[in-house]
Amino acid sequence: MNSLADQLLVLCLLLNFTVLGTSRLAFSVRAVALQGVILGVLPALIHPFSWHLVLIVVSIMLAKGALIPILIMRAIRKAEIQREFEPFIGYIPSLVLGALFTSLAFIFAARLPLAPEHEGLLFVPASIATLMCGFLVLMGRRKAISQVIGYLLMENGIFIFGLLLADAMPVMVEAGALLDLLVGVFVMGIVINHISREFSTLDTSRLSALREE
Amino acid sequence: MYMMWAFVLLPLLGALTAWLTPDNRRRSFVLPLFALVHLAMTTWLLIRTPPPSPGGWIFLDALGKLTLLSNSILFAVCAAYAVGYLNYRRKRNNRVLCTALLICLSAMTLVTVSQHLGLLWIALEMTTITMAPLIYFNHNARSIEATWKYLLICSVGIAIALLGLFFLAYSTIVAKQDVSLLLGSLISDASRLHAGWRHAAFIFLLVGFGSKMGLAPLHTWKPDAYGEAPGLVGALLAGGLVNCALLSLLRVYQIAMASSEGALFQEVLLGMGLVSMAFAAVFMARQSDFKRMLAYSSVEHVGIIAIALGLGRAALFGALLHMINNALTKGVLFLSSGNMHRAYNSKSTQFVRGALKRTPWSGALFLAAFLAITGSPPFGPFVSEFLIVSTAFVQQNYWTGALFLVFLALIFIGMASTVLPCVMGKLPKSLENTPYRDTAHTVLPPLFLMGLVLMLGLWIPAPLQDLLREAAGLLGGGK
Repeated sequence: MNSLADQLLVLCLLLNFTVLGTSRLAFSVRAVALQGVILGVLPALIHPFSWHLVLIVVSIMLAKGALIPILIMRAIRKAEIQREFEPFIGYIPSLVLGALFTSLAFIFAARLPLAPEHEGLLFVPASIATLMCGFLVLMGRRKAISQVIGYLLMENGIFIFGLLLADAMPVMVEAGALLDLLVGVFVMGIVINHISREFSTLDTSRLSALREE
Repeated sequence: MYMMWAFVLLPLLGALTAWLTPDNRRRSFVLPLFALVHLAMTTWLLIRTPPPSPGGWIFLDALGKLTLLSNSILFAVCAAYAVGYLNYRRKRNNRVLCTALLICLSAMTLVTVSQHLGLLWIALEMTTITMAPLIYFNHNARSIEATWKYLLICSVGIAIALLGLFFLAYSTIVAKQDVSLLLGSLISDASRLHAGWRHAAFIFLLVGFGSKMGLAPLHTWKPDAYGEAPGLVGALLAGGLVNCALLSLLRVYQIAMASSEGALFQEVLLGMGLVSMAFAAVFMARQSDFKRMLAYSSVEHVGIIAIALGLGRAALFGALLHMINNALTKGVLFLSSGNMHRAYNSKSTQFVRGALKRTPWSGALFLAAFLAITGSPPFGPFVSEFLIVSTAFVQQNYWTGALFLVFLALIFIGMASTVLPCVMGKLPKSLENTPYRDTAHTVLPPLFLMGLVLMLGLWIPAPLQDLLREAAGLLGGGK
């Protein structure tokens, strides 16, 4: 089972690079959603069966695989944009930096020991690498929607690590964290809608009236 | 036990009521109604604290009590002010504002009573999200920019804090204990947790909660959000939300001090505090927007609190007292500056001059609160800042003490150069005609707060003193 979990984690890492390398927003959203679905499958592979676990699997898949992507896709349709335009950090540099961060994540993870039952799994490097790639997207892109995608990538990274704790964390905490994420994305969707109406663009570099001289 | 749940759920009931009230004017009265009930319940709970809930998740300890008390007072004052304020903004629909304010109150209450760090995190994230529509109340290009920055930076910060919490939980697994994020068990087992994971957890938690608090260099969202939000929202951000984030940081501090890493954690806090004060001193000078100036003042004061936490021992009492002083004084500053903003329809020092003539009460309050926040006697912040800086010298930490005093002086000069022309000065010749005049509705709430700030400078009531001492004891402060 563990080797399958590792393969899925590698797939997660690859999906990071798809997001880093593409300018098409809808494509990025799908990649993040697929990552969310994988996140839902993973706890079932490493923890023994329990109803608590079933609840987690279902709710993660529903929230990250369906609800959040739908919310963002709707925002994309309303704002009528398809592509990221002239990002601050280009696609090739993003990919190179992403590779760099991923290797750093492996070095970082080697210094932190895992509990015996998780020995040899890639959870820690996958989590840190996804977090960093999300951060890269967040910092490097202009469009508000790209920044939300970066934020979701970061959240996915954090959840990857959280899966190690899936059967130990009280269900209320998990549910609360997911609910907060959902509401957060919902509010971001509304704000994006207002940005596109106010500025007739989603280019956040236009948001510069408040800069300190 | 049920009392506690009722306490957290009551503001949610208020939120529902506000949402369902169709009339704009009548809706604004829902705020003070529920805020006063909340304040009454707070007082009751402070006197008769219920025992911890069966799982130990919900309990009001001394630190929680202090935060709850200052939040509840501040919210009640802001709610009373809101009635008068919203009267001037009758054209703008306030349904979202009233509802979000009350949801935020519920989340802030939950932050103060939770002893489970996961639950604490959820509540803190909820306060972050509910504040976003409030910052956007004015619905213009500038406020949407501020909202976007706030939402993104705080969401990322708080997400990093979640990872820190996961690390902390994992350090208990590696150390072969039951996984638990209950504060009590984390403190008692702190030294047995796995050192590597614990170390990583502290760093992530500090960055996460630090960005929510606005410690430099993680403060970049603050000037925008504070500058664009309506005055009463600014007051709640600077007094309420900052204290909630601070309480979360104090929980981490409790665990860190119980482990072997307390000294390192304190050094980092001390450094961040000094950097925050330095940032504030630089950006406060020549600030032409008086609401943005208040944001830098907020950066300064979270810096002061961080320095006090870094010094530890006797300074802890000062840190907690300063937390309350800062919240109350920021309330006066934001509410009175909101009044001036309404009266001049501008918040730039270019147009706002001679406020003492145009809005005598608000102008005077703004001036008095400026003196208080910069640490002039006889107001509250003077006492707490004096306690902190004297601890620095007693500990022979002369560099910290000296830098602290230099920054305070620079900030006083910087802030005075903005505040004095606004308040004193001559009225500009061409004055925009606005409907705002000082009335009891918009002046009495900040006046009441100012009275409290003055009282804390002259005399701290014995029960509050006991509470402060007990809370400082929880942080590891000696007598």
